[in-house]
Amino acid sequence: MADAGAPAALEAAGLRKTYGDFVAVEDVGLSLAPGASLALVGESGSGKTTTARMIAGLEAPTAGTVRFDGRVLPGRRARTAVRGSFAGDVQMVFQDPYASLDRHQRVADSISEVLAHHTDLRGSALARRTAELLDQVGLTAGQARSLPRALSGGQRQRVAIARAVAVRPRVLVLDEAVAALDVSVQAQIVTLLRELREQSDTAYLFITHDLGIVQHICEDIAVMHRGRIIERGRTLSVLERPGAAYTRKLIDSVPRRGWTPKRGATA
Amino acid sequence: MSAYQSVPAAGGRLPLGRVRALARGQGVPIAAGTVVALVVLAAVFAPLLAPYDPNAVDPLAVSQGSSAAHWLGTDDTGRDILSRLLYGARPSLLAPALITLTAGLAGTALAVSAAWLGGWYDRVVSAFLDLVFGFPGLVLAVVGAAVFGAGLDIAVITLSLAYLPYIARVVRSAALRERALPYVSALGLLGLSGRRICLRHLLPNLLPLVLVQATTSFGYTMLDVAAFSFIGLGTQPPTAEWGLMVANGAPGIIAGQPEQSLYAGLVIVVFVIACNLLGSGLSRRLLGEDR
Repeated sequence: MADAGAPAALEAAGLRKTYGDFVAVEDVGLSLAPGASLALVGESGSGKTTTARMIAGLEAPTAGTVRFDGRVLPGRRARTAVRGSFAGDVQMVFQDPYASLDRHQRVADSISEVLAHHTDLRGSALARRTAELLDQVGLTAGQARSLPRALSGGQRQRVAIARAVAVRPRVLVLDEAVAALDVSVQAQIVTLLRELREQSDTAYLFITHDLGIVQHICEDIAVMHRGRIIERGRTLSVLERPGAAYTRKLIDSVPRRGWTPKRGATA
Repeated sequence: MSAYQSVPAAGGRLPLGRVRALARGQGVPIAAGTVVALVVLAAVFAPLLAPYDPNAVDPLAVSQGSSAAHWLGTDDTGRDILSRLLYGARPSLLAPALITLTAGLAGTALAVSAAWLGGWYDRVVSAFLDLVFGFPGLVLAVVGAAVFGAGLDIAVITLSLAYLPYIARVVRSAALRERALPYVSALGLLGLSGRRICLRHLLPNLLPLVLVQATTSFGYTMLDVAAFSFIGLGTQPPTAEWGLMVANGAPGIIAGQPEQSLYAGLVIVVFVIACNLLGSGLSRRLLGEDR
Protein backbone atom coordinates (compact mmCIF):
# COMPACT_ATOMS: atom_id res chain seq x y z
CA MET A 1 0.00 0.00 0.00
CA ALA A 2 2.61 2.54 1.09
CA ASP A 3 6.16 2.57 -0.33
CA ALA A 4 6.88 -0.82 -1.79
CA GLY A 5 10.51 -1.00 -0.65
CA ALA A 6 9.89 -1.26 3.12
CA PRO A 7 9.30 -4.74 4.61
CA ALA A 8 5.61 -5.24 5.34
CA ALA A 9 4.46 -5.16 8.95
CA LEU A 10 1.52 -7.29 7.90
CA GLU A 11 1.19 -9.49 4.87
CA ALA A 12 -2.06 -11.42 4.47
CA ALA A 13 -2.50 -13.50 1.33
CA GLY A 14 -5.32 -15.56 -0.12
CA LEU A 15 -7.45 -15.41 3.03
CA ARG A 16 -10.58 -17.48 2.78
CA LYS A 17 -13.11 -18.37 5.44
CA THR A 18 -16.12 -20.60 5.05
CA TYR A 19 -18.80 -21.57 7.54
CA GLY A 20 -20.32 -24.73 6.13
CA ASP A 21 -21.42 -23.81 2.61
CA PHE A 22 -21.35 -20.10 3.32
CA VAL A 23 -18.27 -18.26 2.10
CA ALA A 24 -17.65 -15.34 4.43
CA VAL A 25 -14.29 -14.24 3.03
CA GLU A 26 -12.85 -15.10 -0.38
CA ASP A 27 -9.30 -14.49 -1.57
CA VAL A 28 -8.51 -11.43 0.52
CA GLY A 29 -4.97 -10.13 0.42
CA LEU A 30 -3.68 -7.18 2.41
CA SER A 31 -0.34 -5.72 3.17
CA LEU A 32 0.57 -2.96 5.57
CA ALA A 33 3.87 -1.11 5.71
CA PRO A 34 5.08 0.03 9.15
CA GLY A 35 3.09 3.08 10.18
CA ALA A 36 0.57 2.72 7.36
CA SER A 37 -3.15 3.06 7.92
CA LEU A 38 -5.64 1.09 5.89
CA ALA A 39 -9.41 1.27 6.15
CA LEU A 40 -11.37 -1.87 5.41
CA VAL A 41 -14.91 -0.77 4.67
CA GLY A 42 -18.11 -2.50 3.72
CA GLU A 43 -21.63 -3.12 4.87
CA SER A 44 -22.59 -5.57 7.63
CA GLY A 45 -21.88 -9.11 6.53
CA SER A 46 -19.31 -8.09 3.93
CA GLY A 47 -16.66 -10.14 5.71
CA LYS A 48 -14.58 -7.30 7.09
CA THR A 49 -14.82 -8.34 10.75
CA THR A 50 -14.06 -11.97 9.85
CA THR A 51 -11.01 -10.74 7.98
CA ALA A 52 -9.96 -8.68 11.00
CA ARG A 53 -10.39 -11.66 13.34
CA MET A 54 -8.31 -13.89 11.07
CA ILE A 55 -5.57 -11.28 10.96
CA ALA A 56 -5.62 -11.00 14.76
CA GLY A 57 -5.50 -14.80 15.06
CA LEU A 58 -8.89 -15.09 16.73
CA GLU A 59 -10.29 -17.04 13.82
CA ALA A 60 -8.46 -19.71 11.84
CA PRO A 61 -8.52 -19.07 8.08
CA THR A 62 -9.91 -21.88 5.94
CA ALA A 63 -7.11 -21.05 3.53
CA GLY A 64 -4.42 -18.41 3.22
CA THR A 65 -1.71 -17.08 5.50
CA VAL A 66 -1.11 -14.10 7.75
CA ARG A 67 2.49 -13.00 8.24
CA PHE A 68 3.93 -10.38 10.53
CA ASP A 69 7.41 -9.32 9.51
CA GLY A 70 7.67 -12.62 7.65
CA ARG A 71 6.54 -14.87 10.55
CA VAL A 72 3.37 -16.90 10.01
CA LEU A 73 0.67 -16.39 12.63
CA PRO A 74 -0.14 -19.68 14.41
CA GLY A 75 -3.70 -20.95 14.82
CA ARG A 76 -6.10 -20.15 17.61
CA ARG A 77 -5.23 -23.36 19.42
CA ALA A 78 -1.49 -22.71 19.36
CA ARG A 79 0.40 -22.98 22.62
CA THR A 80 0.17 -19.93 24.86
CA ALA A 81 3.89 -19.22 24.61
CA VAL A 82 3.80 -19.23 20.81
CA ARG A 83 0.67 -17.11 20.66
CA GLY A 84 2.06 -14.78 23.31
CA SER A 85 5.12 -14.12 21.18
CA PHE A 86 2.79 -12.51 18.62
CA ALA A 87 1.39 -10.04 21.16
CA GLY A 88 3.88 -7.46 19.94
CA ASP A 89 2.83 -8.09 16.35
CA VAL A 90 -0.89 -7.59 16.44
CA GLN A 91 -3.39 -6.16 18.90
CA MET A 92 -7.05 -5.49 18.51
CA VAL A 93 -9.56 -2.96 19.82
CA PHE A 94 -13.11 -4.30 19.83
CA GLN A 95 -16.40 -2.70 18.96
CA ASP A 96 -18.18 -3.05 22.31
CA PRO A 97 -16.40 -0.92 24.91
CA TYR A 98 -18.67 -2.37 27.60
CA ALA A 99 -17.45 -5.94 27.09
CA SER A 100 -13.82 -5.42 26.15
CA LEU A 101 -12.63 -4.77 29.71
CA ASP A 102 -12.80 -7.12 32.69
CA ARG A 103 -15.55 -5.58 34.85
CA HIS A 104 -13.83 -6.59 38.10
CA GLN A 105 -10.45 -5.11 37.25
CA ARG A 106 -9.50 -1.54 37.94
CA VAL A 107 -8.42 0.40 34.89
CA ALA A 108 -4.80 0.87 36.00
CA ASP A 109 -4.54 -2.83 36.90
CA SER A 110 -5.65 -3.87 33.44
CA ILE A 111 -2.75 -1.88 31.98
CA SER A 112 -0.12 -2.85 34.54
CA GLU A 113 -1.03 -6.54 34.25
CA VAL A 114 -0.11 -6.41 30.57
CA LEU A 115 3.03 -4.36 31.18
CA ALA A 116 4.20 -6.72 33.92
CA HIS A 117 3.72 -9.64 31.54
CA HIS A 118 5.70 -8.11 28.69
CA THR A 119 8.33 -5.95 30.37
CA ASP A 120 10.68 -6.10 33.34
CA LEU A 121 8.99 -3.08 34.91
CA ARG A 122 7.97 -3.66 38.53
CA GLY A 123 6.87 -1.57 41.50
CA SER A 124 7.02 2.16 41.09
CA ALA A 125 8.47 1.99 37.56
CA LEU A 126 5.50 -0.14 36.54
CA ALA A 127 3.07 2.30 38.14
CA ARG A 128 4.81 5.21 36.41
CA ARG A 129 4.62 3.62 32.96
CA THR A 130 0.94 2.71 33.56
CA ALA A 131 0.13 6.29 34.52
CA GLU A 132 2.06 7.51 31.47
CA LEU A 133 0.04 5.30 29.11
CA LEU A 134 -3.28 6.31 30.65
CA ASP A 135 -2.26 9.94 30.51
CA GLN A 136 -1.36 9.49 26.85
CA VAL A 137 -4.93 8.40 26.07
CA GLY A 138 -6.35 11.26 28.16
CA LEU A 139 -7.45 9.51 31.33
CA THR A 140 -7.01 11.02 34.78
CA ALA A 141 -5.45 9.38 37.84
CA GLY A 142 -8.91 9.19 39.39
CA GLN A 143 -10.28 7.32 36.40
CA ALA A 144 -7.28 5.00 36.54
CA ARG A 145 -8.32 3.90 40.01
CA SER A 146 -11.92 3.22 39.07
CA LEU A 147 -13.67 0.14 37.75
CA PRO A 148 -14.78 0.14 34.10
CA ARG A 149 -18.43 0.63 35.09
CA ALA A 150 -17.59 4.13 36.36
CA LEU A 151 -16.38 5.12 32.88
CA SER A 152 -18.26 6.15 29.76
CA GLY A 153 -18.06 4.21 26.50
CA GLY A 154 -15.48 6.59 25.07
CA GLN A 155 -13.35 6.43 28.22
CA ARG A 156 -13.48 2.65 28.19
CA GLN A 157 -12.38 2.62 24.58
CA ARG A 158 -9.43 4.80 25.59
CA VAL A 159 -8.49 2.18 28.19
CA ALA A 160 -8.73 -0.57 25.57
CA ILE A 161 -6.50 1.45 23.25
CA ALA A 162 -3.96 2.11 26.02
CA ARG A 163 -3.91 -1.60 26.86
CA ALA A 164 -3.34 -2.52 23.22
CA VAL A 165 -0.54 0.01 22.60
CA ALA A 166 1.13 -0.96 25.89
CA VAL A 167 2.84 -3.82 24.03
CA ARG A 168 3.81 -1.54 21.09
CA PRO A 169 2.23 -3.73 18.42
CA ARG A 170 3.34 -3.63 14.79
CA VAL A 171 -0.29 -3.74 13.72
CA LEU A 172 -3.34 -2.47 15.57
CA VAL A 173 -6.64 -3.83 14.32
CA LEU A 174 -9.52 -1.51 15.18
CA ASP A 175 -12.73 -3.44 14.65
CA GLU A 176 -15.55 -0.87 14.47
CA ALA A 177 -13.74 0.67 17.43
CA VAL A 178 -15.71 3.92 17.33
CA ALA A 179 -19.02 2.60 16.00
CA ALA A 180 -20.63 2.32 19.44
CA LEU A 181 -19.73 5.88 20.44
CA ASP A 182 -21.46 9.26 20.03
CA VAL A 183 -20.34 11.36 17.10
CA SER A 184 -18.45 13.88 19.27
CA VAL A 185 -16.72 11.07 21.19
CA GLN A 186 -15.90 9.37 17.88
CA ALA A 187 -14.04 12.51 16.82
CA GLN A 188 -12.05 12.52 20.08
CA ILE A 189 -11.05 8.88 19.67
CA VAL A 190 -10.09 9.40 16.02
CA THR A 191 -7.94 12.36 17.08
CA LEU A 192 -6.34 10.22 19.78
CA LEU A 193 -5.58 7.45 17.29
CA ARG A 194 -3.98 9.95 14.92
CA GLU A 195 -1.81 11.34 17.73
CA LEU A 196 -0.73 7.86 18.80
CA ARG A 197 0.21 6.99 15.23
CA GLU A 198 2.41 10.04 14.95
CA GLN A 199 4.34 8.86 18.02
CA SER A 200 4.94 5.29 16.87
CA ASP A 201 5.24 3.28 13.69
CA THR A 202 2.26 1.08 14.52
CA ALA A 203 0.21 0.33 11.42
CA TYR A 204 -3.57 0.58 11.65
CA LEU A 205 -6.13 -1.71 10.11
CA PHE A 206 -9.32 0.26 10.61
CA ILE A 207 -12.46 -1.80 10.12
CA THR A 208 -15.57 0.32 9.69
CA HIS A 209 -18.87 0.66 7.90
CA ASP A 210 -18.71 4.43 8.34
CA LEU A 211 -17.14 6.13 5.31
CA GLY A 212 -17.51 9.51 6.99
CA ILE A 213 -14.55 9.03 9.33
CA VAL A 214 -12.25 7.00 7.09
CA GLN A 215 -10.52 9.98 5.47
CA HIS A 216 -9.63 11.38 8.91
CA ILE A 217 -7.53 8.41 9.87
CA CYS A 218 -6.56 6.30 6.85
CA GLU A 219 -4.52 7.10 3.76
CA ASP A 220 -5.56 3.89 2.07
CA ILE A 221 -8.88 2.17 1.71
CA ALA A 222 -10.12 -1.25 0.64
CA VAL A 223 -13.79 -1.84 -0.03
CA MET A 224 -15.22 -5.26 0.76
CA HIS A 225 -18.41 -6.66 -0.67
CA ARG A 226 -19.68 -10.20 -0.23
CA GLY A 227 -16.39 -11.44 1.14
CA ARG A 228 -14.15 -9.97 -1.55
CA ILE A 229 -12.14 -6.79 -1.86
CA ILE A 230 -13.72 -5.08 -4.86
CA GLU A 231 -11.80 -1.83 -4.87
CA ARG A 232 -8.70 -0.38 -3.23
CA GLY A 233 -6.57 2.71 -3.45
CA ARG A 234 -5.75 6.03 -1.80
CA THR A 235 -8.66 7.06 0.41
CA LEU A 236 -9.21 10.49 -1.12
CA SER A 237 -9.14 9.32 -4.72
CA VAL A 238 -11.46 6.37 -4.04
CA LEU A 239 -13.91 8.60 -2.19
CA GLU A 240 -13.83 11.23 -4.94
CA ARG A 241 -13.69 8.94 -7.96
CA PRO A 242 -15.05 5.55 -6.96
CA GLY A 243 -14.41 2.92 -9.60
CA ALA A 244 -16.88 0.26 -8.56
CA ALA A 245 -20.61 0.86 -8.66
CA TYR A 246 -20.94 -0.64 -5.16
CA THR A 247 -18.42 1.84 -3.76
CA ARG A 248 -20.39 4.72 -5.26
CA LYS A 249 -23.55 3.40 -3.66
CA LEU A 250 -21.77 3.13 -0.31
CA ILE A 251 -20.50 6.72 -0.60
CA ASP A 252 -23.92 8.00 -1.61
CA SER A 253 -25.45 6.48 1.47
CA VAL A 254 -23.32 8.60 3.83
CA PRO A 255 -25.40 11.47 5.24
CA ARG A 256 -23.75 14.87 4.65
CA ARG A 257 -24.67 18.50 4.55
CA GLY A 258 -27.49 19.15 2.10
CA TRP A 259 -28.21 15.44 1.95
CA THR A 260 -31.84 14.46 1.65
CA PRO A 261 -32.97 10.88 1.86
CA LYS A 262 -34.15 9.73 -1.54
CA ARG A 263 -36.84 7.20 -2.04
CA GLY A 264 -35.55 4.31 -4.09
CA ALA A 265 -32.06 5.76 -4.60
CA THR A 266 -30.40 4.61 -7.78
CA ALA A 267 -26.98 3.07 -7.75
CA MET B 1 -27.41 30.26 36.51
CA SER B 2 -29.27 27.09 36.84
CA ALA B 3 -32.58 27.15 38.59
CA TYR B 4 -32.09 23.58 39.69
CA GLN B 5 -30.52 22.70 42.96
CA SER B 6 -28.78 19.48 43.55
CA VAL B 7 -30.45 17.67 46.39
CA PRO B 8 -28.25 15.26 48.31
CA ALA B 9 -29.52 11.72 48.02
CA ALA B 10 -31.57 10.81 51.05
CA GLY B 11 -29.40 9.47 53.83
CA GLY B 12 -26.39 9.11 51.57
CA ARG B 13 -23.93 10.26 54.16
CA LEU B 14 -25.05 8.55 57.35
CA PRO B 15 -24.00 4.91 57.66
CA LEU B 16 -27.47 4.14 58.95
CA GLY B 17 -29.05 5.82 55.94
CA ARG B 18 -26.78 3.88 53.63
CA VAL B 19 -27.74 0.63 55.34
CA ARG B 20 -31.39 1.58 54.98
CA ALA B 21 -30.94 2.35 51.28
CA LEU B 22 -29.23 -1.01 50.78
CA ALA B 23 -31.97 -2.78 52.66
CA ARG B 24 -34.81 -1.21 50.70
CA GLY B 25 -36.95 -3.89 49.13
CA GLN B 26 -34.65 -6.57 50.56
CA GLY B 27 -36.80 -7.49 53.55
CA VAL B 28 -37.20 -11.15 52.69
CA PRO B 29 -33.52 -11.91 51.92
CA ILE B 30 -32.43 -10.03 55.02
CA ALA B 31 -34.88 -11.97 57.20
CA ALA B 32 -33.72 -15.21 55.57
CA GLY B 33 -30.09 -14.30 56.08
CA THR B 34 -30.80 -13.51 59.73
CA VAL B 35 -32.38 -16.93 60.25
CA VAL B 36 -29.38 -18.66 58.66
CA ALA B 37 -26.97 -16.57 60.74
CA LEU B 38 -28.85 -17.27 63.97
CA VAL B 39 -28.83 -21.02 63.33
CA VAL B 40 -25.10 -20.95 62.60
CA LEU B 41 -24.47 -18.94 65.77
CA ALA B 42 -26.61 -21.38 67.76
CA ALA B 43 -24.50 -24.25 66.44
CA VAL B 44 -21.24 -22.49 67.30
CA PHE B 45 -22.32 -21.43 70.78
CA ALA B 46 -24.38 -24.51 71.61
CA PRO B 47 -22.39 -25.29 74.80
CA LEU B 48 -23.11 -21.79 76.13
CA LEU B 49 -26.75 -21.69 75.09
CA ALA B 50 -27.93 -25.21 75.87
CA PRO B 51 -29.51 -25.51 79.33
CA TYR B 52 -28.68 -29.24 79.62
CA ASP B 53 -26.19 -31.82 78.41
CA PRO B 54 -27.79 -33.03 75.17
CA ASN B 55 -27.18 -36.67 76.09
CA ALA B 56 -28.14 -36.47 79.79
CA VAL B 57 -30.87 -39.03 80.37
CA ASP B 58 -33.47 -38.21 83.05
CA PRO B 59 -35.72 -41.21 83.84
CA LEU B 60 -37.94 -38.99 85.98
CA ALA B 61 -38.80 -36.60 83.13
CA VAL B 62 -39.61 -38.77 80.13
CA SER B 63 -41.66 -37.47 77.18
CA GLN B 64 -42.74 -34.26 78.82
CA GLY B 65 -44.39 -31.29 77.11
CA SER B 66 -43.16 -27.72 77.34
CA SER B 67 -42.40 -26.48 80.83
CA ALA B 68 -40.30 -23.88 82.61
CA ALA B 69 -37.60 -26.50 83.20
CA HIS B 70 -37.67 -27.89 79.63
CA TRP B 71 -38.86 -25.15 77.23
CA LEU B 72 -39.44 -27.54 74.35
CA GLY B 73 -40.09 -30.62 76.47
CA THR B 74 -38.11 -33.85 76.74
CA ASP B 75 -37.78 -36.91 74.55
CA ASP B 76 -38.55 -40.57 75.28
CA THR B 77 -35.46 -40.97 77.49
CA GLY B 78 -35.90 -37.66 79.27
CA ARG B 79 -33.29 -35.68 77.28
CA ASP B 80 -33.91 -31.93 76.88
CA ILE B 81 -35.16 -31.30 73.31
CA LEU B 82 -33.95 -27.68 73.15
CA SER B 83 -30.42 -28.72 74.13
CA ARG B 84 -30.47 -31.53 71.57
CA LEU B 85 -31.67 -29.14 68.85
CA LEU B 86 -28.84 -26.70 69.66
CA TYR B 87 -26.14 -29.38 69.73
CA GLY B 88 -27.79 -31.14 66.82
CA ALA B 89 -27.27 -28.03 64.70
CA ARG B 90 -23.55 -28.89 64.59
CA PRO B 91 -23.58 -32.12 62.56
CA SER B 92 -26.75 -30.94 60.78
CA LEU B 93 -24.90 -27.88 59.46
CA LEU B 94 -21.36 -29.20 59.25
CA ALA B 95 -22.13 -32.06 56.86
CA PRO B 96 -24.06 -29.87 54.36
CA ALA B 97 -21.34 -27.21 54.64
CA LEU B 98 -18.65 -29.74 53.75
CA ILE B 99 -20.76 -31.09 50.90
CA THR B 100 -21.47 -27.62 49.50
CA LEU B 101 -17.83 -26.61 49.84
CA THR B 102 -16.54 -29.73 48.08
CA ALA B 103 -19.17 -29.64 45.34
CA GLY B 104 -18.67 -25.89 44.95
CA LEU B 105 -14.88 -26.03 44.60
CA ALA B 106 -14.71 -29.16 42.46
CA GLY B 107 -17.76 -28.15 40.42
CA THR B 108 -16.37 -24.70 39.66
CA ALA B 109 -12.96 -26.10 38.75
CA LEU B 110 -14.54 -28.67 36.42
CA ALA B 111 -16.91 -26.12 34.90
CA VAL B 112 -14.32 -23.43 34.19
CA SER B 113 -11.74 -25.87 32.84
CA ALA B 114 -14.35 -27.54 30.61
CA ALA B 115 -15.61 -24.23 29.26
CA TRP B 116 -12.07 -23.00 28.67
CA LEU B 117 -10.50 -26.10 27.14
CA GLY B 118 -13.57 -27.26 25.19
CA GLY B 119 -13.13 -30.17 22.79
CA TRP B 120 -13.20 -33.76 24.02
CA TYR B 121 -12.46 -32.74 27.61
CA ASP B 122 -15.59 -30.59 27.71
CA ARG B 123 -17.65 -33.40 26.20
CA VAL B 124 -16.38 -35.92 28.77
CA VAL B 125 -17.01 -33.55 31.68
CA SER B 126 -20.49 -32.65 30.41
CA ALA B 127 -21.43 -36.30 29.89
CA PHE B 128 -20.17 -37.13 33.38
CA LEU B 129 -22.20 -34.29 34.90
CA ASP B 130 -25.34 -35.35 33.02
CA LEU B 131 -24.85 -38.91 34.23
CA VAL B 132 -24.48 -37.87 37.88
CA PHE B 133 -27.38 -35.45 37.51
CA GLY B 134 -29.59 -38.42 36.65
CA PHE B 135 -29.19 -39.93 40.13
CA PRO B 136 -31.08 -38.43 43.07
CA GLY B 137 -28.54 -37.54 45.74
CA LEU B 138 -30.19 -39.64 48.39
CA VAL B 139 -30.19 -42.76 46.20
CA LEU B 140 -26.49 -42.31 45.55
CA ALA B 141 -25.89 -41.87 49.28
CA VAL B 142 -27.87 -45.03 50.14
CA VAL B 143 -25.90 -47.02 47.57
CA GLY B 144 -22.72 -45.62 49.11
CA ALA B 145 -23.88 -46.67 52.56
CA ALA B 146 -24.78 -50.14 51.27
CA VAL B 147 -21.26 -50.60 49.94
CA PHE B 148 -19.16 -48.82 52.58
CA GLY B 149 -21.41 -48.91 55.65
CA ALA B 150 -23.45 -46.28 57.44
CA GLY B 151 -22.03 -42.97 58.65
CA LEU B 152 -22.08 -39.26 58.02
CA ASP B 153 -18.72 -39.43 56.19
CA ILE B 154 -20.28 -41.62 53.49
CA ALA B 155 -23.10 -39.10 53.14
CA VAL B 156 -20.62 -36.26 52.75
CA ILE B 157 -18.64 -38.06 50.04
CA THR B 158 -21.58 -39.34 48.01
CA LEU B 159 -23.65 -36.16 48.29
CA SER B 160 -20.63 -34.04 47.29
CA LEU B 161 -20.57 -36.05 44.10
CA ALA B 162 -24.33 -35.84 43.67
CA TYR B 163 -24.35 -32.04 44.05
CA LEU B 164 -21.45 -31.51 41.65
CA PRO B 165 -23.79 -31.01 38.64
CA TYR B 166 -25.93 -28.45 40.51
CA ILE B 167 -22.93 -26.14 40.64
CA ALA B 168 -20.97 -27.24 37.59
CA ARG B 169 -23.71 -27.22 34.95
CA VAL B 170 -24.79 -23.67 35.70
CA VAL B 171 -21.26 -22.36 36.10
CA ARG B 172 -20.12 -24.04 32.88
CA SER B 173 -22.76 -22.34 30.77
CA ALA B 174 -21.99 -19.00 32.44
CA ALA B 175 -18.28 -19.57 31.81
CA LEU B 176 -18.99 -20.27 28.13
CA ARG B 177 -20.87 -16.96 27.87
CA GLU B 178 -18.11 -15.14 29.73
CA ARG B 179 -15.42 -16.70 27.57
CA ALA B 180 -17.08 -15.37 24.43
CA LEU B 181 -16.77 -11.76 25.63
CA PRO B 182 -14.23 -9.60 23.80
CA TYR B 183 -12.19 -8.92 26.93
CA VAL B 184 -11.19 -12.57 27.06
CA SER B 185 -10.10 -12.46 23.42
CA ALA B 186 -8.19 -9.26 24.14
CA LEU B 187 -6.36 -10.85 27.09
CA GLY B 188 -5.46 -13.83 24.91
CA LEU B 189 -4.08 -11.55 22.20
CA LEU B 190 -2.09 -9.72 24.85
CA GLY B 191 -0.31 -13.00 25.51
CA LEU B 192 -1.69 -13.87 28.95
CA SER B 193 -1.80 -17.60 29.65
CA GLY B 194 -5.06 -19.52 29.73
CA ARG B 195 -4.49 -20.37 33.38
CA ARG B 196 -4.07 -16.72 34.28
CA ILE B 197 -7.15 -15.66 32.31
CA CYS B 198 -9.21 -18.38 34.02
CA LEU B 199 -7.97 -17.74 37.55
CA ARG B 200 -7.62 -13.97 37.52
CA HIS B 201 -10.39 -12.93 35.15
CA LEU B 202 -13.04 -15.60 34.56
CA LEU B 203 -13.22 -16.87 38.13
CA PRO B 204 -13.78 -13.52 39.88
CA ASN B 205 -16.54 -12.75 37.39
CA LEU B 206 -18.21 -16.12 37.99
CA LEU B 207 -17.89 -16.06 41.77
CA PRO B 208 -21.27 -14.37 42.47
CA LEU B 209 -23.01 -17.12 40.52
CA VAL B 210 -21.11 -19.83 42.42
CA LEU B 211 -22.12 -18.19 45.69
CA VAL B 212 -25.78 -18.10 44.70
CA GLN B 213 -25.78 -21.73 43.58
CA ALA B 214 -23.94 -22.82 46.72
CA THR B 215 -26.39 -21.02 49.01
CA THR B 216 -29.41 -22.68 47.44
CA SER B 217 -27.66 -26.06 47.33
CA PHE B 218 -26.79 -25.74 51.01
CA GLY B 219 -30.48 -25.90 51.91
CA TYR B 220 -31.10 -28.94 49.74
CA THR B 221 -28.02 -30.80 50.99
CA MET B 222 -29.21 -30.21 54.55
CA LEU B 223 -32.53 -31.80 53.62
CA ASP B 224 -30.73 -34.78 52.08
CA VAL B 225 -28.39 -35.22 55.05
CA ALA B 226 -31.36 -35.06 57.45
CA ALA B 227 -33.20 -37.65 55.36
CA PHE B 228 -30.09 -39.83 55.31
CA SER B 229 -29.93 -39.73 59.11
CA PHE B 230 -33.70 -40.19 59.32
CA ILE B 231 -33.48 -43.56 57.60
CA GLY B 232 -30.73 -44.51 60.02
CA LEU B 233 -27.71 -44.41 57.73
CA GLY B 234 -26.16 -41.10 58.78
CA THR B 235 -25.48 -39.88 62.30
CA GLN B 236 -25.72 -42.74 64.78
CA PRO B 237 -27.42 -42.48 68.19
CA PRO B 238 -26.99 -41.08 70.74
CA THR B 239 -25.46 -38.11 68.90
CA ALA B 240 -28.01 -35.32 68.49
CA GLU B 241 -28.83 -34.54 64.86
CA TRP B 242 -32.02 -33.07 63.42
CA GLY B 243 -32.91 -35.81 60.94
CA LEU B 244 -32.24 -38.46 63.58
CA MET B 245 -34.42 -36.56 66.07
CA VAL B 246 -37.32 -36.58 63.63
CA ALA B 247 -36.94 -40.36 63.33
CA ASN B 248 -36.57 -40.87 67.11
CA GLY B 249 -39.68 -38.89 67.81
CA ALA B 250 -41.80 -40.68 65.23
CA PRO B 251 -43.31 -43.26 67.65
CA GLY B 252 -44.23 -40.36 69.94
CA ILE B 253 -46.44 -38.77 67.29
CA ILE B 254 -48.96 -41.58 67.58
CA ALA B 255 -48.65 -41.61 71.37
CA GLY B 256 -49.61 -37.93 71.51
CA GLN B 257 -46.08 -36.62 72.18
CA PRO B 258 -45.09 -35.03 68.86
CA GLU B 259 -42.61 -32.49 70.36
CA GLN B 260 -39.32 -34.08 69.31
CA SER B 261 -40.27 -34.76 65.67
CA LEU B 262 -42.25 -31.56 65.39
CA TYR B 263 -39.55 -29.17 66.58
CA ALA B 264 -36.71 -30.91 64.75
CA GLY B 265 -38.79 -31.03 61.55
CA LEU B 266 -39.75 -27.39 61.95
CA VAL B 267 -36.12 -26.32 62.35
CA ILE B 268 -35.16 -28.22 59.18
CA VAL B 269 -38.02 -26.75 57.14
CA VAL B 270 -37.41 -23.19 58.32
CA PHE B 271 -33.68 -23.45 57.63
CA VAL B 272 -34.11 -24.92 54.15
CA ILE B 273 -36.67 -22.26 53.20
CA ALA B 274 -34.37 -19.56 54.58
CA CYS B 275 -31.49 -20.87 52.42
CA ASN B 276 -33.70 -20.82 49.34
CA LEU B 277 -34.95 -17.30 49.96
CA LEU B 278 -31.43 -16.09 50.73
CA GLY B 279 -30.22 -17.71 47.51
CA SER B 280 -32.83 -16.04 45.35
CA GLY B 281 -32.25 -12.72 47.13
CA LEU B 282 -28.50 -12.98 46.47
CA SER B 283 -29.23 -13.92 42.89
CA ARG B 284 -31.30 -10.79 42.35
CA ARG B 285 -28.74 -8.64 44.10
CA LEU B 286 -25.55 -10.09 42.63
CA LEU B 287 -26.70 -11.30 39.24
CA GLY B 288 -29.46 -8.79 38.66
CA GLU B 289 -32.06 -11.36 37.79
CA ASP B 290 -34.89 -13.27 39.33
CA ARG B 291 -34.50 -16.98 39.22
